[in-house]
Amino acid sequence: MKKLTIIFIIIAFFRQALIAQDDVYPTPDNNGQLFIKNAVIHVGNGQVIEGGSIEINQGKIVKVGAGVPVPANARVIDAAGKHVYPGLILSNSNLGLVEINSVRATQDANEIGDINTSIRSIVAYNSDSKVINTLKSNGILLANIVPGGGSISGSSSIVQLDAWNWEDAAYAMDNAIHMEMPRLIYIPGARSFFQGNQPQGDPVKRNLEKIDELKSFFREAKSYGLQPQSKETNLKMEAVQGLFSKKQKLFIHCDIVKEILVAVDFAKEFGFDVVLVGASESYLVADLLKQYNIAVVLNQMHSLPTSNDDDVDQPYKTPAQLQKAGVLFAINDADGQTRGRNLPFNAGTAAAYGLSKEEALAAITLNAAKILGVGDLTGSIEAGKDANIVISEGDILDMRTSIITTALIRGRQVSLDDKHKQLNERYKYKYGLK
Amino acid sequence: MRKLLLVALVLCISLTPFAQPTFPVNGVADPRDPVYAFTHATIQGAAQTQLKDATLLIRNGKIIAVGNNVAIPKEALIIDCSGKYIYPSFIDLYSDYGIPVPQRTGGGVGFFGRAQLTSDRKGAYGWNQAIRSDVQGSSIFSIDNNKAKQLRDQGFGTVLTHQKDGIARGTGVLVTLNETNEHEAILKEKASSHYSFSKGTSTQSYPSSMMGSIALLRQSFIDAAWYKDNVAKEGINLTLDGWNNNLAYPKIFEANDKWNALRADRVGDEFGVQFIIKGGGNEYQRITEMAGTKASFIVPLNFPQAMDVEDPNDARFVSITDLKHWELAPGNPAAFEKAGINFTLTTADLSDVKTFWTNLRKALEYGLSEEAALAALTKNPATILGINTLVGTIEQGKLANFLITSGPIFNEKTVILQNWVQGKKYAVKEDGWNNFRGRYNLTLKKAGAATNYVLDVKSAQSASVIAKDTVNTKFSFDGKIIKLSFGPDKKAKSSFFLSGVNNGDAWNGTGTDTSGSSFTWTATLDKLTRDSADSIKKKPLPKTGKLMFPFQAYGWDTAPVQETILIKNATVWTNESAGKLENTDVLVKAGKIVQIGKNLSESGARVIDGTGKHLTAGVIDEHSHIAAASINEGGQSVTSEVRIADNLDPDDIDIYRQLSGGVTSSHILHGSANTIGGQTQLIKLRWGANDDQLKFQGAPGFIKFALGENVKRSSATQGNPRFPDTRMGVEEVLTDAFTRAKDYQAALQRESSALKAKKGATDDAYKTVRRDLELEALVEILNKKRFITCHSYVQSEITAALRVADKLGFTFNTFTHILEGYKVADKMKAQGSNASTFSDWWAYKMEVQDAIPYNATIMQRVGLNVAINSDDAEMARRLNQEAAKSVKYGGMSEDEALKMVTLNPAKMLHVDDKVGSIKVGKDADLVLWTAHPLSIYAMSDKTIVDGIVYFDRTKDLELRKQVSEERNRLIQKMIGEKKGGGATVPARPSFVIKNACSEHDHNHGLLAIDQVEGE
Repeated sequence: MKKLTIIFIIIAFFRQALIAQDDVYPTPDNNGQLFIKNAVIHVGNGQVIEGGSIEINQGKIVKVGAGVPVPANARVIDAAGKHVYPGLILSNSNLGLVEINSVRATQDANEIGDINTSIRSIVAYNSDSKVINTLKSNGILLANIVPGGGSISGSSSIVQLDAWNWEDAAYAMDNAIHMEMPRLIYIPGARSFFQGNQPQGDPVKRNLEKIDELKSFFREAKSYGLQPQSKETNLKMEAVQGLFSKKQKLFIHCDIVKEILVAVDFAKEFGFDVVLVGASESYLVADLLKQYNIAVVLNQMHSLPTSNDDDVDQPYKTPAQLQKAGVLFAINDADGQTRGRNLPFNAGTAAAYGLSKEEALAAITLNAAKILGVGDLTGSIEAGKDANIVISEGDILDMRTSIITTALIRGRQVSLDDKHKQLNERYKYKYGLK
Repeated sequence: MRKLLLVALVLCISLTPFAQPTFPVNGVADPRDPVYAFTHATIQGAAQTQLKDATLLIRNGKIIAVGNNVAIPKEALIIDCSGKYIYPSFIDLYSDYGIPVPQRTGGGVGFFGRAQLTSDRKGAYGWNQAIRSDVQGSSIFSIDNNKAKQLRDQGFGTVLTHQKDGIARGTGVLVTLNETNEHEAILKEKASSHYSFSKGTSTQSYPSSMMGSIALLRQSFIDAAWYKDNVAKEGINLTLDGWNNNLAYPKIFEANDKWNALRADRVGDEFGVQFIIKGGGNEYQRITEMAGTKASFIVPLNFPQAMDVEDPNDARFVSITDLKHWELAPGNPAAFEKAGINFTLTTADLSDVKTFWTNLRKALEYGLSEEAALAALTKNPATILGINTLVGTIEQGKLANFLITSGPIFNEKTVILQNWVQGKKYAVKEDGWNNFRGRYNLTLKKAGAATNYVLDVKSAQSASVIAKDTVNTKFSFDGKIIKLSFGPDKKAKSSFFLSGVNNGDAWNGTGTDTSGSSFTWTATLDKLTRDSADSIKKKPLPKTGKLMFPFQAYGWDTAPVQETILIKNATVWTNESAGKLENTDVLVKAGKIVQIGKNLSESGARVIDGTGKHLTAGVIDEHSHIAAASINEGGQSVTSEVRIADNLDPDDIDIYRQLSGGVTSSHILHGSANTIGGQTQLIKLRWGANDDQLKFQGAPGFIKFALGENVKRSSATQGNPRFPDTRMGVEEVLTDAFTRAKDYQAALQRESSALKAKKGATDDAYKTVRRDLELEALVEILNKKRFITCHSYVQSEITAALRVADKLGFTFNTFTHILEGYKVADKMKAQGSNASTFSDWWAYKMEVQDAIPYNATIMQRVGLNVAINSDDAEMARRLNQEAAKSVKYGGMSEDEALKMVTLNPAKMLHVDDKVGSIKVGKDADLVLWTAHPLSIYAMSDKTIVDGIVYFDRTKDLELRKQVSEERNRLIQKMIGEKKGGGATVPARPSFVIKNACSEHDHNHGLLAIDQVEGE
């Protein structure tokens, strides 16, 4: 009889799981009060509060500390023995723009054309992508959705990962314009390389000319913004006016030193807030970046060193080198095979190679928020900020212990279910596993 | 007595058959047969000795006598060679002189284009377009006057020339650089046969890889031998005919690289052939191995040019490998000499033949002796090719192929004056024949009046006329004609113009003066300018850095050795029933684990403190693509004949990088371009070893199979003509291949019984079943001598594969990737299959849309032996952490998780008796971790293979310093070269080729060129 009951329960559970497979429901707004207690709070700014509490009201963090009293009407989450973190932020991603990398019909990340300043990633963000929930269940609550293609790819927007549609998902729209720095090193394609083909002309010289064209564009765009009202509308130039008023940042995707130097030049000439994305060689010019206050988004910790002669742990220790120089940086996870879900472990690797754990955490929370221009809204567990919070059974940076039990987005406790968990349950059921 | 000899000699010559022309003559026949006597010369004798004041007699294109006391026949035309030297002219065994350079036709190229499955060649040829053994150099040879002159000017008289196209290239033709006609120039119609790994202009898809080329060579040897005594179903096969005929000649293999040299030699060894190996210039990096081939080598002088590395941002991307090769490459010929390898030098691979001497002198400067250099250009090539009765030395009866030089041949100022080919004189720098430099009395005569000047001739282009003082003078002398002009005095606006001819010491001619009226002139020698002493300057050997093994950053100059090691007080993860042991010691001796326990001691052992550290068995990666020259033979759907083992690459930096991540063994798999891929190779990461030493001894053979998107060529951009195009077809490819294999096996068995029935007739000669390398590998699978690891994703294809195996009597040992394994774990278990998967990859292509990170845990709980693999050079460095993800996803125990990258892969590879756990008697393949081995914070402190510490985090810091210092030294040296006026080329980044499955989406860094799969 007991056995039967268990089987019945299991079947009941799976029926529900099967129904839920196509939809993990977004959680409605929470206007009430929440209280997290007995937590080890990793604030995101380097601070750790043992035995701390967090008071949340109307989706905002109201109080944080060791001796905060429990409000009368608050729902209480006991985090005893657990670790509480700010929601993790993926700073550079094609999430929701690409479903299956190799299937063209599912690719909405790269537009054709060269100067696509007016392209907006947010309008193509598919909030029903099956990939999204696999990130959320690992504690990633916000992501910067970045368009690609051309020299200037358009604007990115930040989304929260629990939404019915893109308008719902939008957390901060058009925060940055993305520029792909023309390569200042010639890298042949595999075909040219193996067939020994030589490039036509000097590709690096051509790209330097291209950089001049891009500068001309920004100069003209600036002049366009200063023109009196009666003029022919130029959507491409309209789209970048936020850069001049510093409402937007210019994210420049580049890698090698020469490209970084050109990016610095953009910052100097136009006074833009420049952020480098990728910047795998940024450790070579860390002091310069500090001098010009240029922030960096490191795309992928889990990469091979660039040159055979490099230190074997080079990409792993790049964050520590930037930290030492005082450069503001975020760690990202751009891996195409795991689709961003290993963000905390990329930060964990950086912690193994020279960052402190809290510094590594900041690189995927507060620093990321600052770089994306939403540092006043999120990125740390501090009063006044949105209650974007995750609770983990243990150290979130270490896969051994990084098991997320609770996640809040603006105080809403969101579902941590995903396609993978559901398939797991489905086949545990098939084999009679518990 | 000597006279008698001469008479006999003359008689001998006149007794040679009268050569009758078959060609008609237009006009009056003009046969000539003079005797030339070169007298008072220093002649390079047949031995290493020089004959001083000797005579060389030639007639009819041949040497009839040479020596100090040669009687000169009265009819001889005498050429006084006082002060001159005579050497045998050079021989180049690796030329395509006079042979048309084939052009690739058709658009479809193997690498990226639409597959071309059959040969484009019309005619009764073999199936593969790259096997061109029917080509005969002699039938496509025609004299190329320009190229002949270029080569003669460098001192060459004889070349072996062939068409450099294809894997088998047919025969080479031995020709002289005589320009008379092809009939006379050809010395041997078939002097050699030629082979390479490059398919050249062939547009056929197969082979598309190094190992495919090797397999094709092996199968061709087999097919041709079989074809001799058996009838091919297709009928006449001119290619195999050619192949068999060509075996009679010296066989030259274009390897062009040190590892390729070993690969070629192994193919030769298998078929009883000793190839002569054409090198590429980097052989010095593994000269011991080169000597081990026992081959003779043809060595090019294509030394790399210095790069412009003044810009540190450019220098940054040039690797130490390239920098060091630039420094050491000129020592390559010297390395051959020092190693006692028989070698010859070639002009092949030089960007310009004219740089031959510059590079040759560089080789001398870097330690090649003059004796060896001369032998390498004359005697050695003649011996290597077996043409030493014709050329190579100056001896009676040989061809009159020799050089007349102005001095000892390697002296700095020596020039080649004449290059005689088959008794015909070709001028090289004749103006140097006579020393005409000196003071002459110049007399201008006009209407009986004479004006005298002094003419000071400094060189063939420079002289000055001295009247009252030195006046502006223009002068040229080509050995015959003199041209001279000068102003009568320093301020003169117009000049005298003179021209004349040389009559020995006196020059005569006519001229016009400033007023335009003419005069005659003579110049007689007053005093010759004597040459200053000339010799090759004995400079000390250039200072160079040390060799590294491998020739790569972090290579050793002193290889690490096997030690007795006692690791004290570590947390030991045994992977055995003892589980995890705290505060435990492990003793390693002679490469094995000999003791595990507390408070162990061993005198003389290197003690490593393991306090606070964790010791585990070395990580084993079931699915890797590092350390190989090629990974994918995608030319056909069934390529079980290809073998990764044939093309291991011990220089791959990823070996070292993965050691730093605790990996000790990697299973190097063929790619997934086809249903039945190639044979795999398990290696141990013995950084610094050669290709053979990398192999994991005693491991059974495996083979890679693949299913799904890649094998049906889903990403083909130009359509797919290669069967299969669907998963239905994939199943059929498997069924068909194994059906053929069973028929083949049955045929072999029938033959074997038939042979046994005949008494003693087990000899190979009686065998009529053609050995088929492709089917042979499949028969091994049927006989459980070889095991399958099968790239697979979705449940339908996995089930279909299992059923084919059931039906045809084999099993799938391992399913690799197996991302939907969780859906069919029970079926896999029923066949006894193992599973090797990724921890959390998904959604990068259609067939992985249902991949889940709980896969490993579910399969393990159903009872499968499960491993986590990398398939990726970067991720392989973190396999311990990839395994740890199963603790997170599915709650696997930590012990079991660790086994997924140690003991479990060892089991599925059938080497768990040797590796995979910490057990007395097993190989000492160990990792000492800085933290809990499944933690993100764990780093390998020491990685030990066979009791040798191959990675040591402290030592690594030293190596970094060495790399950086050595880079700096080399960059400075290169900059010095530029500053010293040396030619440089723009800095070229050292790109790195990464082998991986293209389906993945993993960035390997800026300089990586991903060798893509599916081609």
